[in-house]
Amino acid sequence: MDLDVLGQRTRLYTGGRAFDRRLPAVVLVHGAGHDHSVWNHQARHLAHHGFGVLAPDLPGHGASAGQPLASIEALADWLAAVLDAVGVERATLAGHSMGSLIALEAAARHPARAAALALIGSAAPMPVAPVLQEAAETDRPKAHGMINQWSYTPASHLGASPAPGLWLPGANARLMGHQHAGVLATDLAACNAYQHGQQAAAEIRCPTLLIYGERDQMTPARAARPLREAFTAVPGGTRVVTLPATGHALMAEAPDGVTDALRGFLAAR
Amino acid sequence: MTTTPYGRETLALHAGQSPDPTHGSRAAPIHFTTSYVFPDADRAAELFNLERPGHVYSRISNPTNAVLEERVAALEDGVGAVACASGQAALHLAIATLMGAGGHIVASRSLYGGSHNLLGYTLPRFGIATTFVDPRDPDAWRAAVRPETRLFFGESLGNPGLDVLDIPSVSAIAHEHRVPLLVDATLVSPCLQRPLELGADLVMHSATKFLGGHGVAVGGVVVDGGRFDWEASGLFPTLTEPYDGFHGMDFAEESPVTAFLLRTRREGLRDFGACLSPMNAFQLLQGLETLPLRMRAHVDNARAVVAHLDGHAVVERVSYPGLESHPDHDLAARLLPFGCGSILSFELKGGRPAGRAFIEALKLFSHLANVGDAKSLVIHPASTTHFRMSAADLAASGIGEGTVRLSVGLESAGDLIADLDRGLHAVAKLLKE
Ligand SMILES: Cc1ncc(COP(=O)(O)O)c(C=O)c1O
Repeated sequence: MDLDVLGQRTRLYTGGRAFDRRLPAVVLVHGAGHDHSVWNHQARHLAHHGFGVLAPDLPGHGASAGQPLASIEALADWLAAVLDAVGVERATLAGHSMGSLIALEAAARHPARAAALALIGSAAPMPVAPVLQEAAETDRPKAHGMINQWSYTPASHLGASPAPGLWLPGANARLMGHQHAGVLATDLAACNAYQHGQQAAAEIRCPTLLIYGERDQMTPARAARPLREAFTAVPGGTRVVTLPATGHALMAEAPDGVTDALRGFLAAR
Repeated sequence: MTTTPYGRETLALHAGQSPDPTHGSRAAPIHFTTSYVFPDADRAAELFNLERPGHVYSRISNPTNAVLEERVAALEDGVGAVACASGQAALHLAIATLMGAGGHIVASRSLYGGSHNLLGYTLPRFGIATTFVDPRDPDAWRAAVRPETRLFFGESLGNPGLDVLDIPSVSAIAHEHRVPLLVDATLVSPCLQRPLELGADLVMHSATKFLGGHGVAVGGVVVDGGRFDWEASGLFPTLTEPYDGFHGMDFAEESPVTAFLLRTRREGLRDFGACLSPMNAFQLLQGLETLPLRMRAHVDNARAVVAHLDGHAVVERVSYPGLESHPDHDLAARLLPFGCGSILSFELKGGRPAGRAFIEALKLFSHLANVGDAKSLVIHPASTTHFRMSAADLAASGIGEGTVRLSVGLESAGDLIADLDRGLHAVAKLLKE
């Protein structure tokens, strides 16, 4: 569905079922240069199993109007505005990569809005290689190639997509290609600039799930550890799921793994 | 191509498949099954509902077919593909996904005879009209567009005159009118040209031809480039409005880059049912493994044959875009830098009787209605593939009474030339009489 958020048309994918605000809400936030469609499987599953799902296209991404926002903090406030627009007080905030930082920051800035937090392929800080940032600014196909190179495991570089007939590297490159010029560069700069992640994590008191890809090269386990260890105030500690043989493109490479981890986390609450 | 770090030879061997996790089989296993066991009732519903990826029934998807689909998509630099029963099925699937009764297509008039039949005679029965245009005339493409036009269609190398489709220009005109360009790339294969990189939006193949290469399996595949913006176009309600026939799905909202493929599979394969047998998929995969090697050898042999025929005493003219005399020579240099394939045609002096005498004298070339086999093939279009067309239409497609089409195979070049000499000799004898 399309909704007005802060005066701008915003695409909210609801997983194939009309959004029902009486159901427990789950917000799924995509990563840099992407749109809501990275969540197809997870969104459809949750929407058909008792949750109200909102997978927005971030401003300037996909079918949402406006310019991409330049900071994770601004995006976190925008996420709260999305909840206002649909009339939802509290939601589970889930995000992938850049989207995970947005969810994290939103949960820290607006603790009353976060029923729970799920971070997928997350690290904070999330430094962006200068070569990638430069390519995103000057040579987008090259940047998309680099992201593909680092997003997939060696096996999924050659495909064998879980979804029949899809060529994942092609689909990912084309999804990024669909975004307007400047979107990816703005997103990556926002990731790189975000320094508040560990502090935000320390403030989180809602149940928190971390999903990692065992073979993630973009946010490898080593880089992810400081953030994981920063969640010191979560009652009972964070729940961690590491998906085997999975890279950074977790929802594409291990759709069922991500779905089951999210569903199990939501069910346990 | 920046999408993947791998080159075409590697993709032709590996894309879409990792060794079978159960048994470690290195070759792609043939999943000869119609259906797939659901672990439990919940999972069944989830699969039907696309909450989980996977296979339900082999009319809609099959693991062996999926390897083929992914491999062709990788070679074409698309986002995915749907394999189907034949090249004809691929063309029909693409059209049926994009439009219904009332739709209109602008197509090159230089088409494979079967495509011409479908567009010119059969689809009008279902309310889909086609205007055929001279593929070399940009104004003709533009002038043929109507408010109800939903597709541009042409062949990379037009049959049988081997017109080179100016994909960048024709796609630009299509995009001016917010419609996609579908290219039949059967005669070039992704080893000689990737239409999607040149501006095409969709590519189809008769996999029966070069992709398989062995001439043992009929099959087709349609590849989506994922670049066309269906929502921005606004002309494709099949992709941008909820479809009651499949969970009320709005395909372009579901997935902007794979909307076309979603509907092609979930409606087109499901309802029209022109699915590919997994056995055929396996055989086509065997062929694909050597596609890059074969295409190089095809081109080398074709060049040798062309050099031999060009200027021969009983040959009026040779049509091969690699020749400077071909009207599209410069375009071919730009769009087909690795060669113009191995299909060529030539006009014999002496018309129809000469054509017949030529073909009957050959021993190595097989006289049959196919192209793109590893074995060399020959045909006389006016009496076979294009026999339904009127004389005027025939001439408009650049076919004469003495036109002979060759599909140059992988035999020793010297043997092919010796065989052609048998035919040329017979024609010379006929002309003397
Ligand atoms: C260029 C071209 N397109 C499409 C087709 C149709 O393919 P199939 O015979 O696999 O249905 C053919 C078959 O000859 C062809 O040559």
